[in-house]
Amino acid sequence: MSESAPPRFEDGEETEPVNGDPITGDADSAAKTTRTGAQSVVAALERAGAETLFGVQGGAIMPVYDALYDSDLRHVTMAHEQSAAHAADAYGIVSGTPGVCLATSGPGATNLTTGIADADMDSDPMVALTGQVPTDFVGSDAFQETDTTGLTAPITKTNYFAQRADTVGDTVGEAFALAGEGRPGPTLVDLPKDVTNAETDAEPKDATTPDTYDPQTEADDEEVRAAARTLERAKKPVILAGGGVVKGEASEQLRAFAREYGIPVASSMPAVGAFPEDDDLALEMVGMHGTGYANMATTHCDVLFAVGCRFDDRLTGGVDTFAPEAEVVHADIDPAEISKNVHADVPLVGDAGTVISQVGDEMERAPDCDEWRDQCQQWKDEYPMDYRTPDDEPLKPQFVVEALDEATDDDAIVTTGVGQHQMWAVQYWTYTEPRTWVSSHGLGTMGYGLPAAIGAKMAAPDREVVSFEGDGSFLMTIQELAVAVRENLDITVAVLNNEYIGMVRQWQDAFFDGRRAASDYDWCPEFDKLAEAFGAEGFAVSDYDEVTSTVESAMAYDGPSVVDFRIDPAENVYPMVPSGGANGQFALSEDQL
Amino acid sequence: MSDSERGTGDAGLQGPAPDERPHPEGRRNRHGERIESVTDAEQDPRTGVVSALVEHEPGVLAKVSGLFSRRQFNIESLTVGPTTVDGHARITLVVEETDSGIEQVKKQVEKLVPVIAVGELGDDAVQAELVLLKVRGEEPDKVHAITQMYEGQTLDAGPRTITVQITGDQQKIDDAVDAFRQFGIIEIARTGQTALARGDTPTTPGESPAASAESTADTETTANTTIATDDD
Repeated sequence: MSESAPPRFEDGEETEPVNGDPITGDADSAAKTTRTGAQSVVAALERAGAETLFGVQGGAIMPVYDALYDSDLRHVTMAHEQSAAHAADAYGIVSGTPGVCLATSGPGATNLTTGIADADMDSDPMVALTGQVPTDFVGSDAFQETDTTGLTAPITKTNYFAQRADTVGDTVGEAFALAGEGRPGPTLVDLPKDVTNAETDAEPKDATTPDTYDPQTEADDEEVRAAARTLERAKKPVILAGGGVVKGEASEQLRAFAREYGIPVASSMPAVGAFPEDDDLALEMVGMHGTGYANMATTHCDVLFAVGCRFDDRLTGGVDTFAPEAEVVHADIDPAEISKNVHADVPLVGDAGTVISQVGDEMERAPDCDEWRDQCQQWKDEYPMDYRTPDDEPLKPQFVVEALDEATDDDAIVTTGVGQHQMWAVQYWTYTEPRTWVSSHGLGTMGYGLPAAIGAKMAAPDREVVSFEGDGSFLMTIQELAVAVRENLDITVAVLNNEYIGMVRQWQDAFFDGRRAASDYDWCPEFDKLAEAFGAEGFAVSDYDEVTSTVESAMAYDGPSVVDFRIDPAENVYPMVPSGGANGQFALSEDQL
Repeated sequence: MSDSERGTGDAGLQGPAPDERPHPEGRRNRHGERIESVTDAEQDPRTGVVSALVEHEPGVLAKVSGLFSRRQFNIESLTVGPTTVDGHARITLVVEETDSGIEQVKKQVEKLVPVIAVGELGDDAVQAELVLLKVRGEEPDKVHAITQMYEGQTLDAGPRTITVQITGDQQKIDDAVDAFRQFGIIEIARTGQTALARGDTPTTPGESPAASAESTADTETTANTTIATDDD
């Protein structure tokens, strides 16, 4: 419990001060401590280990904020609830412990839902607390009432409607524990105002997951043996690292395993950073905008060891042509992911790090795959990630990404919005550490980058944070600049501004005969001036010559800075596998689509 | 930049064009299984009876049914009711899916936090459904004869309508409904299948039939011991 959340007494009841347990003399175990449900909520968060919350005040959540007023928990008021959820999500990704967001009932709760859905798709640990109208009003279409548990059931790991002040603390503790345990994900507790206002003598217990939740961490021995034999006899093995490697803190085990057995490593987008991209065995990202060599290797491999990945369609392309000749060994802590999209020949249910170690311990020899490694290297030489920088064309976004990569440390954190800029940021930055890549993968939420940068900076105040945004994406949550300025967060926003909603334009050019319906964003504001209006530092760059010096100035500025990079509006993202296409058929230019 | 291969100014993305690359011959079907020929490509749907033991709390049925609509599972019927253990309920789901679809149904239901255990019942499971049929009352003797033939009960008989109840497995119910058609069925209400595993086989993994019987006498003390909270 929290000493900083003193009991609140009303109407002259129980006004006698509590001085602690007379037998033990322990002030913490005071015999009878009356608190409000809201104070229980805050005490439970403190007890569970929460440190920072992101939210927006409002009518039905007021009792919780009132309790926070007396708490040491750090609360960051965001400009919009969607951003509170994204910031909490990013906080969870960077810190590995659940991020917490708060919102009031009705519009507050509905505004959170995009961020909750985002966390759900990416299995990010997050707790959402929403105010709700008093229990007696529920179902009456009361002011600012929505069916929050109904709305969020499909996008949460589980959700709760708090019933009583006596149990609300335990419920919040359980939600926190559940968010981070097993396969992480968002949980939500809906808090009716009468429950948070009511008084209770109950003290929240230690946060534990419910009895019905008992994820299997260690894979079945027989399957481990089958996996080891399959990998030993492989001639063309590939490891496919998924986000579960990062979530499960299995990066070290993955590196050791891949290097010991000499197996090339491809990565899904959420796993970027799990395996160092400058390693000889690294194939980098596979899928729609993955590298040519990763896509060639996964297409032609004979054994695919997938760890903590869910075979999203952006990764597999058409399932019929995904690793079509490979025996699939699939490790995941969520049994429901096994054989969901791609059939697993060897299913390994368990925690990523544990399973990698189990398989590594069981293997008696490395696969005989010298030729295969040579083949992979040949593909790396044949399909290098490169771009042109002719003098007569405007600034290329890839150059900007590389310039920022060069100007920052290896443990700098990159956050992004969604679109072309996101793909350039993942393709041309060299990631070497887990939890340095923070992006919206599964849901693909434009506007994710800036609030995520705020969450990331709160989780890792000593690390550099660079947020890549597109002009369209940035405009979706640009109001959070006010928060970054208020909190004086030293983050650098690099807008790759091509005055288009660029990925859509790229698809329109490729698949809709160049009919650029509603993708032209030449009405965008001047982002450098807008940054200054918010109180941040603003820069605008349109020439190669200015890039390095401006990046230096922006990085040196103590506080949020925005660099509006006016990039080549014609530049597109390649390689590209058309939606549902074969990964091995990736196009290197539009005429290959 | 730091990598001398990058940003050289005139290279750009290179490499053989898509049709100049080697291509594997293998294929997978839509379930992601490797297939030898197109004839292996499709699985036929079958009927699966899935039983889920759940915490009997508000919203659990909504979570299960929401899961079905969200994931586009083809559900035939869903029944729910309490068990002998306080705070537990059993949901019986009949689904029409391929083998992989039924596997997914089981895993996704199991994944819901209030779900304790999930099992699929074999063909020998004890299954029953209840139907109420309201037919025209012009020929009460004939209606009565059919009702008796299907071991049913007459619940309401008036000059214009007769309402009967039939219970049994799905085939028997279907046959009975067909037999009553001759009288003109005015209204019909079916509950959907509910089912238990036959004999000593637990209906959901870890569920012990013997211990559950004891729990009728003492639900408080056996509630936590009779039901395993994990499964395979």
